[in-house]
Amino acid sequence: MIWLEKRAAPSRFWTVVTPLLAVALTMLAGGVLFAALGKDPVAAIRTIFWDPLFNAQFASYSRPQLLVKAGPLILIATGLALGFRAGVWNIGAEGQYIVGALCGAGVGLAFYPLEAWYVFPLMVLAGGLGGWAWAMIPALLKTRFRTNEILVSLLLVYVAEQFLASMSLGLMRNPEGGGFPGSRNLQQYPSAANPELISGTGLHWGVVVAFVALIMAYILLHRHILGFQIRLAGQSPRAARFAGVNANRLVVFCLGVSGALAGLAGLFEVSGPAGQVNIDFNQGYGFTAIIVAFLGRLHPVGILFAGLLMALTYIGGELAQFMLQIPAAAIQAFQGMLLFFLLGVDVLTNYRVRIGIRETA
Amino acid sequence: MKLKPVLAGLALALGLAGVAAAADKTKVGFIFVGPIGDGGWTHEHNVARLAVEEKFGDAVETIYQESVPEGADAERVLTQMALSGADLIFSTSFGFMDPTMNVAAKFPDVKFEHATGYKRADNVGTYSARFYEGRAIQGLIAGRMTQTNVVGYIASFPIPEVIRGINSAFIHARKANPDVQFKVIWAYTWFDPAKEADAAAALIEQGADVILQHTDSTAPQAAAEKAGNVITFGQASDMIEYAPRPRVSSIIDNWTPYYIDRVQAVMDGTWTSDDTWHGIREGMVKIGEITDAVPADVKQAALALKDSIASGDYHPFTGPLNKQDGTPWLTEGETADDGTLLGMNFFVEGLAAEIPQ
Repeated sequence: MIWLEKRAAPSRFWTVVTPLLAVALTMLAGGVLFAALGKDPVAAIRTIFWDPLFNAQFASYSRPQLLVKAGPLILIATGLALGFRAGVWNIGAEGQYIVGALCGAGVGLAFYPLEAWYVFPLMVLAGGLGGWAWAMIPALLKTRFRTNEILVSLLLVYVAEQFLASMSLGLMRNPEGGGFPGSRNLQQYPSAANPELISGTGLHWGVVVAFVALIMAYILLHRHILGFQIRLAGQSPRAARFAGVNANRLVVFCLGVSGALAGLAGLFEVSGPAGQVNIDFNQGYGFTAIIVAFLGRLHPVGILFAGLLMALTYIGGELAQFMLQIPAAAIQAFQGMLLFFLLGVDVLTNYRVRIGIRETA
Repeated sequence: MKLKPVLAGLALALGLAGVAAAADKTKVGFIFVGPIGDGGWTHEHNVARLAVEEKFGDAVETIYQESVPEGADAERVLTQMALSGADLIFSTSFGFMDPTMNVAAKFPDVKFEHATGYKRADNVGTYSARFYEGRAIQGLIAGRMTQTNVVGYIASFPIPEVIRGINSAFIHARKANPDVQFKVIWAYTWFDPAKEADAAAALIEQGADVILQHTDSTAPQAAAEKAGNVITFGQASDMIEYAPRPRVSSIIDNWTPYYIDRVQAVMDGTWTSDDTWHGIREGMVKIGEITDAVPADVKQAALALKDSIASGDYHPFTGPLNKQDGTPWLTEGETADDGTLLGMNFFVEGLAAEIPQ
């Protein structure tokens, strides 16, 4: 007989090993899935995980793209992880990402065609503030009226999408765009552009800020009293209350930081890789970042690796699609498996597997 | 991570790819905005891709990627396709325009064909179809068939392409039935079965007994079938599985002749960048079979309209026509020029709907 025995404390060993195990299981199950579709499973897995990094034909282009794709994921996930640790569930990073991009791009477009050094810094400021303000709505509703921040933040994503559509078609539409939706391309407006900083690396300001945010989050969590409060509130809300932690302040702080970081991610994306405000600007980074945060164990170092891994499955997944004609839906299922297996094997962290006769106490 | 200048890397890879491709097959890439199983827009592009494979056999290799988001992701997919040695890439959605231009600038030896856009370069051509010609025929049938005098229209995005279709359908519905009204819902998507079904249900609730759609899924057809006394038209694809009712006819995008022609041009080395806008006459727009659910006299009128458009005797935008605010647009007998049609951002007089600004 097999049964599970709860551990007194989560196993440190399994905390580190389970993400690797989940990746391995995903490769196995994904291989079976691809084989069932009539594709060579080894070639498929190699195309997804190996070719973007080392294939002579693609790697010089796709390696830098990893940073472009991972940058916003890491930036958003870092903020979300702080909240998740404290038990504050911001599910609406996608909306904060959109509003940050709109505010930042709005500032840039308002200055067009003025060329000045201060345009981009002002856009960054507006982007962060926009995301922060959007996150303050669920924060205030929660602290004042005890509404559920999961629902409010999630539903505000759809409100933000409507704003995005309205802006792309109305206020921010490119007056020289022939009536088509979408703003001016910020990449073509030097003062507002977020270009590649070192040619051929994919490194742009958003990636730099993501790394800085990771380091700050690490220091906050491990060296600062606020980080201790966050961890305490997440592990034992009652103990946190006795220790004098102000729960409302914590909610406002966690939602504010994660909103601001998501807003920054949106700003760096709209002024860099995406280039313009458009109806389809948001591509789900805010939701994927939730997976990244958990895949990374809500730990800054873990998030770094998880973000890069997720980016790898995106870019490798694209390669697998057109090199091997694997359907897009199969790639999405493959990415979904990653989270599924991670949550599944998580049980090993908190429980011990026992085999044998169960002793009655 | 090596800090190799990207352009050197691209040029190197391109050189290698160029050599490899010249040695054997012509490689043709396609990027699609929806899944190839959408039953509409992307489906038809994929049908034409398969026709290219069929026609050229071993001389050609096609690759494709479906459900590519418009924006930064499209640029990466296009770049990776070019790196993989593609000689010609069809980029089949309006939103791929800027990414296509950016990638084309980096790969001067690769030819690009961008659907429905307006930006061109030495190695970027554009193509589209005069779908509004098909919309005129739908409008006529809708105007004659409606009992409630309410026609519902599921629009995607307020861009000239879509606005043109609404105008064309409305003009010809009004000609057939002066009492007809159009209700327009903007779905802000090209393909989202759930949203399209919701839009169809809302229009039916508002009294529409004809549903026209400028979105790609068959969800509105299913919604109409459920409602019973509502008719629809196939969009982009024939959607014949819903015939004879609710689907009474359809506009079919037929890209096959054009794609074969362009692939042949690349093989012969005669490809040049140009702007193609073909209609019913050239066969790029086809009208799906008009079913028996349509009375014989209506069907006859619809086919006569189709013939006169095909022969060039009649232009769907022929004056007298005023803009929605009452300002004159076309005088008696005057026809719209392509420039105005391509940038169309106004409704014609009589339409009660609004273009979101």
